[in-house]
Order: sequence, then structure tokens, then C-alpha cells
Amino acid sequence: MATDDPLVIAGRSFASRLFLGTGKFPSNEALRTTIDACGTELVTVALRRVDPTAHEDILDAVPSDRVLLLTNTSGADDADEAVRLARLARAAGLPDWIKLEITPEPRYLLPDPVETLRAAEVLCREGFTVLPYVNADPVLCKRLEEVGCATVMPLGSWIGSNQGLRTKGALEIIVEQSLVPVVVDAGIGAPSQGAEAMELGADAVLVNTAIGTAGDPVAMGAAFKHAVAAGRQAFLAGLPAVAGGADASSPLTGFLS
Amino acid sequence: MTAVDLETRPAGVPDGTAAADLLGTSLSQLRDVVERATPVDVERVLHTRRRTLADFAVLLSPVAADRVEALARAAQATTIRRFGRTVRLFAPLYLSNECVSTCTYCGFSAGNKIARRTLAPEEVLDEARALRARGFRHVLLVSGEHARIVSKDYLVDCVRLLAPEIPSISVEVQVWDAETYRRLVDAGCEGLIVYQETYDRDTYRAVHVKGKKRNYDWRLAALDRGAEAGMRRLGLGALLGLHRDWRLEGLAMATHARALMRRWWRCEVSVSLPRLRPAAGGFEPAVPVDDRELVQLLCALRLFLPDLALSLSTREPPALRDALLKLGVTQMSAGSHTEPGGYAEASDAEPQFEVSDTRSPSEVAATLKAAGYDPVWLDTIGPRRSRL
Repeated sequence: MATDDPLVIAGRSFASRLFLGTGKFPSNEALRTTIDACGTELVTVALRRVDPTAHEDILDAVPSDRVLLLTNTSGADDADEAVRLARLARAAGLPDWIKLEITPEPRYLLPDPVETLRAAEVLCREGFTVLPYVNADPVLCKRLEEVGCATVMPLGSWIGSNQGLRTKGALEIIVEQSLVPVVVDAGIGAPSQGAEAMELGADAVLVNTAIGTAGDPVAMGAAFKHAVAAGRQAFLAGLPAVAGGADASSPLTGFLS
Repeated sequence: MTAVDLETRPAGVPDGTAAADLLGTSLSQLRDVVERATPVDVERVLHTRRRTLADFAVLLSPVAADRVEALARAAQATTIRRFGRTVRLFAPLYLSNECVSTCTYCGFSAGNKIARRTLAPEEVLDEARALRARGFRHVLLVSGEHARIVSKDYLVDCVRLLAPEIPSISVEVQVWDAETYRRLVDAGCEGLIVYQETYDRDTYRAVHVKGKKRNYDWRLAALDRGAEAGMRRLGLGALLGLHRDWRLEGLAMATHARALMRRWWRCEVSVSLPRLRPAAGGFEPAVPVDDRELVQLLCALRLFLPDLALSLSTREPPALRDALLKLGVTQMSAGSHTEPGGYAEASDAEPQFEVSDTRSPSEVAATLKAAGYDPVWLDTIGPRRSRL
């Protein structure tokens, strides 16, 4: 569907609203085939896993002619480390697009809002296209927008949890207020949850664990492709309001007729 | 007063450390939970989402041993969700087998008449390059305990020399003060591994016959000192088979790991479960831990701490390593030599212990792939700036 409804981030159009993370896949080959099957045009790779000197590198699985590589700063503890990683990626000739992840706590990988805003300011000033991963905090999202981030990427629930949109109420506020595309990142564990994010007005979703650890990652990638497209279509079609109860007659004003 | 071979440092551990948290936990009470656990307890804990230390004790119980298949299934699902089908590969690089400590279980022990060797820093670099050529980007520097021959300056020199070529350097050497750890971090070291060997004080004193290593508390708080200095990864472990009660060791390891995760919340914490192997000096493990017990411990740790890195060495035979991989192991050594030298060229120095899995790194990687797992050679952003 999406060709007449492109997603535009920093002037670049994307036909697919499904972004893919590349961790946890059982092999490079599985990753490569999944990228094809899910139709994504934006794939994020942790710089910590990139090794051009290796016999087989994770970048070998990403067809850079049709998929934009979004380097992420996974592993960074603070703004200084994230900025260093972004500069390293640029120096290595990778695209200027950076998924800013500052997750000092390695278990739930929750993002540090203070350091993320600090790093975003520096990176935007240096001309990077910055897509920050954040908690579902509407005010933080506006602050990141103000310093020049290309999107905001609030989490649905914590990374890898497959718990869906536990932050739904906050996501609705972010979607309502944002002037930049909203990409729901993290926690989406099933295609139906991806569709739900799109129905509430997110501009895209980023999925990794649910696809990478599925019994059949390729088939799950295809399922997400359809679900995300369906959710977007439903949003554009205008979902009917949910009624609080039955509304069959006019018990209070019937006497007027 | 008799001459003392103890460290001159005072006993005890500083407040506000994971070591203090561990010492403040009643392991004997938890051990009682292990004994009293019923099948109903086991089912409850298997089906709960967040588990306490007491729940972990239930999973270690003899009745839970009857449910080891259910533990394994739950552990596998948890591991895949958190880590995916990936295993990080690393290699130990032995710097020296010189040692002034007398430890009954170790091939490097001071009294053993073995061929001793300490690599010159340039030789260490040759070894690292040989490992790099085999694919390794995560290297663990290991040595015996000899503060003069394997000195602070020597270790810092080695790390500094390797850092430009090896993205992830960790050390498993004698314990040092925080200032030395800070120097190692600044030189490019990101990980610190300190096995307590045994958490039981009496056994600890019995097997550490002579040398600075006899100071239990100073060793116990070493990971805290390393974390304070900026180490990004912390690894702990107990030598299974040293103390007669592996369940008590398991309780201590789980308590210690959780305390480290809480105190040093930015650090990755790993646990190793090395079972003792025969070594020079004629050592034979007194109380061997069998495969079934090892599986129970590994699965219980995974279910208690879903994000814990679990490490497996080449002490274990290939078939068992391949099986454990699917239950919760997240990092492995491969193609290891446990003597100084031996990667770049053959060495006649004495190994620390006998390697059981002698497959080459590429063979191990191929086996991982065949099992549907991605061998991860590189996964780091490098060392932190030190925080002291």
C-alpha cells in the first residue's frame, strides 16, 4: 500500500513503516532473508557488532542499495560514549543517520533521558540525522524535537520483553503532540501489537526480538509487514470511536418528537 | 607471634559493597529453604514471573532436580528471549604460570615442580595476534599470582600494548586495589574476572594453604573495587567440586551476582560454573558435581537472573558444551590453551588445567551455526574512561 503514503524522515522517503533491528538473529543468512521478506527499508545495526576486518560481518547481511543502514550506539553509558560512537561510524564511512541509544543499565536497557538529550544536542549540531530511543515521555520527546532530532522513538515496553504497548497512554500524547515522526521502538512482541501502534497513529515501528527469535524469523517478518501495513491503513481510514455503552435510542429527548 | 603469611590488610569488607551485601545475607536460611522445598513450591516458582532468592533456593532443591526438564525448557525460552540465538566467543591468553600462592587444586600452585614461564609483553602481543587471526576479538588475560614477576606495571603494559588490536580485553589475575584497576581500565581493559573459588570460609582456608590469596574478604570485595574503577564487565565464579555442598556455592554465587547487579547497575555481570579438573600436583576433585547437578544450577541461575551472562570454558567436553549451550550459556571460550604461549607457537610450559574440549575455534563456531546459533566474535564498544 505504502507507495502513495510514504513516511518521510529528514527528507528521505520510506515505503515501508517497519524498521528492523538486527540483534538476536541465529545467522547472517537468516537476517538477510528476513530483510527481504519483511520489506523493510531501514535496518539498525549496533556499531559494537560491526567488524569490517572479520571474515563474516553483520553488515554483509544488509543490502545497502535499497535499505538504509541506521547505526545505533548500543552499549553507550553516557552522552560522551554515544557521541564518540557516532563519530566513529561517520569516520568509517557509514551513513550519518544515528539511532541514539544510551542505556547505562544493561538488564532492562532503559534509556537515560538526561544523557540522551545531551548527546542529541551535540550530534544534531554536528549534522547527524538523530533518531533517539527514549522512554515514553512526552515532554522529553518535545525537547528532543526542539534540538533537531529527526524522529522520536519512544518504547512500547522494555526492550525484548514482548509485552506490547504498556505505555499506550503516553504514546497517544506523544503522537498527538509530535511534529516529527514517532517510531514506536521496543517491546512489540506480536504483529497485532505492531498493528495496534500504527492504529493509534505512530508513523512507524521498530521490531527486533519478536522477529529475530521467532521459530521462523522470515515468516514472522512477513507477518509484521502485513500487520504494520494494516494498522496504518486502519489509522488513515479513521477508526470509529469506541462507545462507552449501547446507544440505541434517545431516552432523554424522545419526548421532543 | 608466629610468622604470618596472611595479607596484612584487615579482615572485613567495606560497607556499601556487593561483598558486604553478600556477607549480610543468611545463606544458611536459604539453605534451609532448599531442604524444605516441596513439589508444590517448585511448580509455583516455575510458573512465577519474577523470582526471589528464596525462589532460587527452591529451584536448587533436590525436589526440583526431578523437574530438571521443565527447568531446562523455561531456561531456554528465557535465554532466547533475552539473548537471542547468539553466543559470544572469547579466548583466554595465559601470561604467566608463576605463582607464589599455594592452592591445593591449581596446577600453577607454588609448590608444584613444573616448567614456569612468563611471556614478555611482545610475546603477549604475538599471542593476541594469533588469536585475532583465529577470529577472536574478546580476549581474557590470565596469570598466576606473582606480584613481582606479574606486576601491576607488567599487566598495564600488556593491556596497553594489546588495546589497539583487541577491542575487548578482560583480566583474570591476582586481585589488586582500586587504583591498579583504574590504571588497567585507563590502559584499555574493560572486564574483571575474580573467582572466589569457594564461598565457604573454612574450605577457602583449607585449600589456600599459603600466600596473599588466603585473605578471603580482600578477594571477595575485588569486583567492587574493579567496578568502582570503571570495569564494564564483572565475572564471578566458584570452582565446583571444591566445597562439598554445591548448592551452598550456588546460593552464594546467585546472591553475589544479584548484589553486584544492584550496586554496580551499569555493569554486565557474568557467572562461570567451572567444574574442577585434574591438575599438576595430583589434585583430584573431592566432591565432583555431576552433569545433572550442573544443569540444575545453570538453569536455576538463568531463571533467577534472566540477564546474567553465563560462561562456559573448555574444561567441559564437547558433547556437554553443545548441550548446555541450548539451556542458557551465553559466552564460551574455544580452542583454549591454558599454558603461557601456545597460540603463536607450541609451548612446553605447564597448563593450569587439562582442556577437555580440544576443538578449534572454527570447529566450535561451525557447531554453533549447525545448532542454529550465531557465534558472536565482537560485541563491545571498548573500555570506559575510569571513574576514580
